[in-house]
Amino acid sequence: MSRVFVFYRSSIGKKILMALTGLVLFGFVFTHMLGNLKAFLGAEEFNAYAEGLRSFGAPLIPHGYFLWAFRIGLIGALIVHVVTMVQLWAMAGGARPKGYKQAVHLEDGVSSRTMRLGGIVIVSFVAYHLMHMTIGNVHPNFIVGDAYNNLVVGFQSVPVAVVYSIAVIALGFHLHHGIWSMFQSLGMNHLKYNHLRRVFALAFTIAVVVGFLTIPVAIATGIIQ
Amino acid sequence: MKITLQVWRQANANDEGRFETYHQGGVNEEMSFLEMLDVLNESLINEGKEPVAFESDCREGICGACGMVISGSPHGPKKAITTCQLHMRSFSDGEEIWLEPWRAKAFPVVKDLVVDRSSLDRIVESGGFISVRTGSAPDANAIAVPKSNADRAFDAAACIGCGACVAACPNASAMLFTSAKVAHLGLLPQGQPERFSRAVSMVATMDQQGFGYCTNHGACQTACPKEISIDLIAMLNRDLAIGALSGA
Amino acid sequence: MQLDSKIPEGPIQDKWDKHRFDMKLVNPANKRKHTVIVVGSGLAGASAAATMGELGYEVKCFCFQDSPRRAHSIAAQGGINAAKNYQNDGDSIYRLFYDTVKGGDFRSREANVYRLAQVSVEIIDQCAAQGVPFAREYGGQLGNRSFGGAQVSRTFYARGQTGQQLLLGAYQALAKQIGEGKVEMFTRTEMLDLVLVDGQAKGVVVRNLVTGDVTSHSADAVVLATGGYSNVFYLSTNAKGCNVTAAWRAHRRGALMANPCYTQIHPTCIPQSGDYQSKLTLMSESLRNDGRIWVPQEPGDSRVAGSIPETERDYYLERIYPSFGNLAPRDVSSRRAKEAVDMGKGVGPQANGVYLDFKDAIGRLGQDTIAERYGNLFDMYQQITGENPYQVPMRIYPAPHYTMGGLWVDYNLESTIPGLFVVGEANFSDHGANRLGASALMQGLADGYFVLPYTIGNYLATQKDGAPSADSSEFKEVEREVNEKTQKLLNVDGKRTAEWFHRELGKIVWDKCGMARNEAGLNQALEEIRNLRGEFWKDVRVPGSGKDFNQTLEHAGRVADFLEFAELMCEDALQRDESCGGHFREEHQVDGEAKRNDEDFAYVAAWEFKGVGEKPELHKENLEFENVHLAVRSYK
Repeated sequence: MSRVFVFYRSSIGKKILMALTGLVLFGFVFTHMLGNLKAFLGAEEFNAYAEGLRSFGAPLIPHGYFLWAFRIGLIGALIVHVVTMVQLWAMAGGARPKGYKQAVHLEDGVSSRTMRLGGIVIVSFVAYHLMHMTIGNVHPNFIVGDAYNNLVVGFQSVPVAVVYSIAVIALGFHLHHGIWSMFQSLGMNHLKYNHLRRVFALAFTIAVVVGFLTIPVAIATGIIQ
Repeated sequence: MKITLQVWRQANANDEGRFETYHQGGVNEEMSFLEMLDVLNESLINEGKEPVAFESDCREGICGACGMVISGSPHGPKKAITTCQLHMRSFSDGEEIWLEPWRAKAFPVVKDLVVDRSSLDRIVESGGFISVRTGSAPDANAIAVPKSNADRAFDAAACIGCGACVAACPNASAMLFTSAKVAHLGLLPQGQPERFSRAVSMVATMDQQGFGYCTNHGACQTACPKEISIDLIAMLNRDLAIGALSGA
Repeated sequence: MQLDSKIPEGPIQDKWDKHRFDMKLVNPANKRKHTVIVVGSGLAGASAAATMGELGYEVKCFCFQDSPRRAHSIAAQGGINAAKNYQNDGDSIYRLFYDTVKGGDFRSREANVYRLAQVSVEIIDQCAAQGVPFAREYGGQLGNRSFGGAQVSRTFYARGQTGQQLLLGAYQALAKQIGEGKVEMFTRTEMLDLVLVDGQAKGVVVRNLVTGDVTSHSADAVVLATGGYSNVFYLSTNAKGCNVTAAWRAHRRGALMANPCYTQIHPTCIPQSGDYQSKLTLMSESLRNDGRIWVPQEPGDSRVAGSIPETERDYYLERIYPSFGNLAPRDVSSRRAKEAVDMGKGVGPQANGVYLDFKDAIGRLGQDTIAERYGNLFDMYQQITGENPYQVPMRIYPAPHYTMGGLWVDYNLESTIPGLFVVGEANFSDHGANRLGASALMQGLADGYFVLPYTIGNYLATQKDGAPSADSSEFKEVEREVNEKTQKLLNVDGKRTAEWFHRELGKIVWDKCGMARNEAGLNQALEEIRNLRGEFWKDVRVPGSGKDFNQTLEHAGRVADFLEFAELMCEDALQRDESCGGHFREEHQVDGEAKRNDEDFAYVAAWEFKGVGEKPELHKENLEFENVHLAVRSYK
């Protein structure tokens, strides 16, 4: 127990937990994006995919159990990600009681500077997104079991599509620094391959952002009906 | 050359502190930045005022004593040098220059631009060494060190402990400093026995000093006068994880 | 006073071993009952404090910097000598000993130098084990280079930052002891006086530079590791904070000061660019391996270097010393540069330098090779001067760099005050009249790691009563004097800054007691120094108070001591009516080369303080050369 305590107590231990949970959340986001693309294959395929998630592992695993286990895992990861973040933020908050009059940003870009803000935007959006697409209580015409309908109807509203797009772009910034940062926090470095970490982060960020944005765009332009 | 200086003046750690403006004429572009401040101070003394306190010693970029944030950049606008190596030819006539101390909770202000960096010493005291009793060492060539390791260890050991990394970090984190020391010793065969316990105890001390944590921005390596790479931070993360989880 | 160097009997090879056996030991259980004060945390101070802490003594270590890691040892570039013979090129302890005695122009103590050469071997082992990243060959073995004209490759180095890396090693060893509570470290604390109890050194009075508090610390013994006094010249390669105060205070309390006129002037520094100049920067001597030194043949030639044709250039070192050429020893090439500039042939905006030209080397080897060898030095030069040395020749001029003189110590490194030990550059012991390149780091670490920890035990074993109380009347009296002096400095309230006085003092000693000295000049310097000192106490202005962080006050106190010390330095130079090593008396030369007088001057001049402005008393320690035979140093 004391080993875990020593690990968790240190700022680096917390960073590593953030990186690991970030990896889990990134994995989810990436597969979610791939799943979304099934919308291009039509209602039947998409709904079958949605149902497939519920019945995943059946009959060994009872219907719906996998999805709940998956959700609990994700929520757990999100909680650890956020809690360690808040603890670290508190630590950093006190570390510079008085700021500089003239601040020049020496760091590499917007994405690293907006991690915390982006995190808040993403968590807020996720809450809304669950109410919108999973629970359906803020959806104009939510039909349980018809994910395709929920998706298409949901995004036909322009304000919803805009909010969604903003959130996806925020997610992009978060991932761009987050993925690279994850390699760094986990100590994954090798003189020969270090430059590839940034390339990898950028490539996956673009894939996720573009993948997610195609859906509202396709709905708005009528490619998906 | 004429320049305008906006200098942070603070009598001691308890004082509020404020900027004061000085119009400095007769600046020669061959002067070093600190010599320009020397000239300012001599004229302040001649006017019966208190000179601006700032720290410097070797004035050739190796002792790590000097350092101030110059218009938002630790050690000034040029890369890979310390404040004492900065010369006035890097500024233009009529320029307004803002001078501030390193700002961090772990670096309380002593006076004006002078801060107390003893928190960095405390990090080293908690493990930044190889335990070898004087006189007990084997022949220096008994342990061969691959050249590439020796060179990388040297790159890490080039840290001068000036604190610019902390000053530049948006979280006022001392990770670059700590990682440089851990990597210097951890890359050498002589440093292996204490490698993981060293990482654990140095990081624990670092956390206690009031520094922030690392968000991998990389501002530290941009500000570092010795261009120490944040790759070393990744190494420290790994060593800490191994050390903490293995009970080292 | 009779000087007893306490050199052990016997053949030179056996002296140190025999002595180590003869010395008294402190019982392990009793070590913690002894407190030792170490002032200074450079190579000598940090290594001594760390080693004594490790042995079990209670150590208090003081430094004026904000961290012990910043002491000026950190700026040493070149390397550290050791008689390892790793290159199999014929080096040995005896050869290092021989070279050092000869290089010191036969003005050092043979027994000390031999011991230095002996322990040099252990230093490298110790430092490598501490993790000092010395240069390595591809096979993983340590690399060496030949340095300062030595005929064997015995210099170990860590790029151009050997001093930094060795100091970090010693600092880390010290940090370990601080962390374990065996050494108590006092940073930003300056020693302002030494306290004697019954004629023995038993403590120091220090000023906390942040709060201004003046306090006393008592101990069984005091070690000074406070460095050299090159800053008496104001402009030198030393760090701004380097000063003579601790050593001078000890001298005033009765410790003899030996050979203060032995100063080393380094030939390759960047010339001064203006009156505001605060210090000089050394460019590694290694540049002379490929650079050619020249000046225009005609005085007052103001053309840029490129427009002066080959036929109108004077490559004076190559001309005068055909076999050594541009690699002539430090003192010789320094004097020749001065001579050229004095004749009006100086180059640069201030006509105060000579050219160090890489054009031929770049033509022969290519710019890439030169960049590989000296890239960082070229960058450093460009940073300071704004000139690109790949395109125009560098300008260089000699600058004060190291001081061989210092407090007199015996074989045990103990001064003439019992219980006061002096290590590193602060003592006079090992370098004679001239120090060889890469020997300063060696001496600092030899003293701190391997000599003092033994010899101080011999003294401590006799101190059964423990440290006196720091509240005793002896301490209170010294505290009172220190406070009085501080107040006196603040009370003058004149019109000139301490900086101004320091600069003026520098000009006097540089002109008249610098690279070349003569009787008339020295007498004149003595008078000028006395006058300047008088003016200082009437006209210096120190703003602020003594009760807080006051850098001007710190500096003024140091200048006050330099003003007293400079007089002794000139006195010593005047007394030494011969030329030797770094001390060049113009009256004594043969064809421009130094002419030693072994008949009359083969002694150490140790001076006793008799009061400010009073003539100090000279004591002589005669030097015997039983192993290395007196010979003329010739480089022609």
